[in-house]
Amino acid sequence: MSTTTEATIQELAAQKYKYGFSTDILMEEFPKGLSEDIVRLISAKKGEPTWLLEWRLKSYHAWLKMEEPEWARVHHPPIDYDDLYYYAAPAKPVPKSLDEVDPELLKTYEKLGIPLNERAALAGVAVDAVFDSVSVATTFRDTLAKAGVIFCPISEAVKEHPELVRQYLGSVVPAGDNYFAALNSAVFSDGSFVFIPKGVRCPMELSTYFRINARNTGQFERTLIIAEDGASVSYLEGCTAPMRDENQLHAAVVELVAMDEAKIKYSTVQNWYPGDAEGKGGIYNFVTKRGACRGKNSKISWTQVETGSAITWKYPSCILQGDGSVGEFYSVAVTNNRQQADTGTKMIHIGKNTTSTIISKGISAGHSNNTYRGLVKIMPGASGARNFTQCDSLLIGDQCGAHTVPYIENRNASAKVEHEATTSKIAEDQLFYCRSRGLSEEDAVGLIVNGFCKDVLKELPMEFAVEAQKLLAVSLEGSVG
Amino acid sequence: MLEIKNLHARIGDAEILKGVTLTIPDGEIHAIMGPNGAGKSTLSYVLSGRDGYEVTDGEVLFNGENILEMDPEDRAATGLFLAFQYPVELPGVGNANFLRTSLNAIRRKRGEDELDAVAFLKLARGAVKQLAMKEDFLKRNVNVGFSGGEKKRNEMLQMAILKPHLAILDETDSGLDIDALKIVAEGVNSLRDEKFSALIITHYQRLLDYIVPDMVHVLAGGKIVRSGPASLALELEASGYAGLEAA
Repeated sequence: MSTTTEATIQELAAQKYKYGFSTDILMEEFPKGLSEDIVRLISAKKGEPTWLLEWRLKSYHAWLKMEEPEWARVHHPPIDYDDLYYYAAPAKPVPKSLDEVDPELLKTYEKLGIPLNERAALAGVAVDAVFDSVSVATTFRDTLAKAGVIFCPISEAVKEHPELVRQYLGSVVPAGDNYFAALNSAVFSDGSFVFIPKGVRCPMELSTYFRINARNTGQFERTLIIAEDGASVSYLEGCTAPMRDENQLHAAVVELVAMDEAKIKYSTVQNWYPGDAEGKGGIYNFVTKRGACRGKNSKISWTQVETGSAITWKYPSCILQGDGSVGEFYSVAVTNNRQQADTGTKMIHIGKNTTSTIISKGISAGHSNNTYRGLVKIMPGASGARNFTQCDSLLIGDQCGAHTVPYIENRNASAKVEHEATTSKIAEDQLFYCRSRGLSEEDAVGLIVNGFCKDVLKELPMEFAVEAQKLLAVSLEGSVG
Repeated sequence: MLEIKNLHARIGDAEILKGVTLTIPDGEIHAIMGPNGAGKSTLSYVLSGRDGYEVTDGEVLFNGENILEMDPEDRAATGLFLAFQYPVELPGVGNANFLRTSLNAIRRKRGEDELDAVAFLKLARGAVKQLAMKEDFLKRNVNVGFSGGEKKRNEMLQMAILKPHLAILDETDSGLDIDALKIVAEGVNSLRDEKFSALIITHYQRLLDYIVPDMVHVLAGGKIVRSGPASLALELEASGYAGLEAA
């Protein structure tokens, strides 16, 4: 009875990715392909110290010996790592201040709704903008510096704060941790660096906005966040890319370190280009994110809303080493059309009385596949450890798949581990109920999906929560009717 | 005015409505009674546009407009409201948010301004009070964990806020105790005016003690087999539906 015709659905699907434009700007790119020379070139381009070059080379050689992981429930043609550019940056020199940023770039970020002009910026949010391989602007640096907070591109931190970078880089995700982390360690070009000194509560939300623009370019950013004793910070990241027919590789590494009583809240709204309805194009989002709760009573909280990317492979994890430390993972993963997501978390309980909470909401529509994969591991010394896991899947239509793959390893008898899982469909009677109250079919789906995700969305900072709600609705446009 | 003319409808191969003809002028309340399986719920779903019901003949005009071609949400915008026999649960969706989204969707379709949060809350609180409900009703998730009576009251709250021109109550009285029944009746009676009309589908006569209908129709075997004044309901209560299908 629905009058939504095939044509309108296609129209909606085509227009739904509104960040699909590309920016025409003169770029500097290194030759395609990966070799020791390219690694050296990237390091030289950035004027890096020898220790970092050596670390990159060690990572590169480790990577050469490794194989792409095959255990995830994702399928894609083999990636030709020699057909990618590993470094692409706007050709103009890195700006010293916001006034020097290329107007074309400023326009790009305006269009994306990320104002880099401080006066126009959202009050209380400092932004680092990463365009392809380099950071192009960081706002509110002076305000932050007054509080003792360091927030800058990681390439700059290597120069300005080498002792900090050297101490922590690779300390949570070692260079040879996995295939994509090793690749990132060899070729990472930029990303954000955050350091919150002892006892400081970061006075504003920090945010990094990642944009892939150049064709055939991999983006390999590296983010490192350190919160010293008693420090706290809330950090947000957002991602978009132009619509391109080729698949693009994004292999990032994020490392978080929380010392005694420190708190880090890391929120992601991932909206990389997902490919078209037939599965052509889109980002391969192969990301390693891990946080170490090193200090007692420290807390790391991951919140993610994953709506984009052709393939998502990511497991933001917490190593709960300090006694009484807390790990949290709140996730909404939406797949539509031909998208594939294999995402979840790892909670490794080492310290006593450590607790972890996992709330995962998977939504599958179209012909997509959505997998939750999670590990809860209680080590012998983790007396009194507790975990609560809830995995809910929502199916829209009958061509999609939802899969839940929980692993639980408990080696301490005093630990408590709980796992709850549900799978449901948006029922026809729910849709009809909403429509009989005046809501369009699309709005009804949006309302039901947002309700389903509420436990996760409420963990997001306010401005992001509103964005995320809209994004969920847009991602599912054309999925019913 | 609602005009149902020779309405035939089927689910799959089974013909349920076999030529229903019925007119409800503005300002009137009509009751439809009848045995189980007579097609009462089918009639309410066909009128409100649920998927899965195929209209094979006849037409339905609401204020002169053929509504059978319309999507359910457009029928809602013309002022049609169905109070469900089994109200549906929407986990995680707050009642106030749902009501405001509905009201504003309808207002938008009618070209009216949307209500902001403050104006809406004032309206909703007033309605909650009038229906003798607790205010936390607005904060709870739509029908989740509601008792049977609370679900029906929630339908009345929606009706009070959406202010339809035509309300269809599909066995809203089933499973209600006498107090809840009075509240449902109060919900309908408070909307009564020369523009408002209602179609009350019920299996029992007792709701009609509180909402006195202008007409009572008996639906049996997919057709209206008898129509009469309010007293017909009492007669049916005494004699039952036996023998009506043959009539």
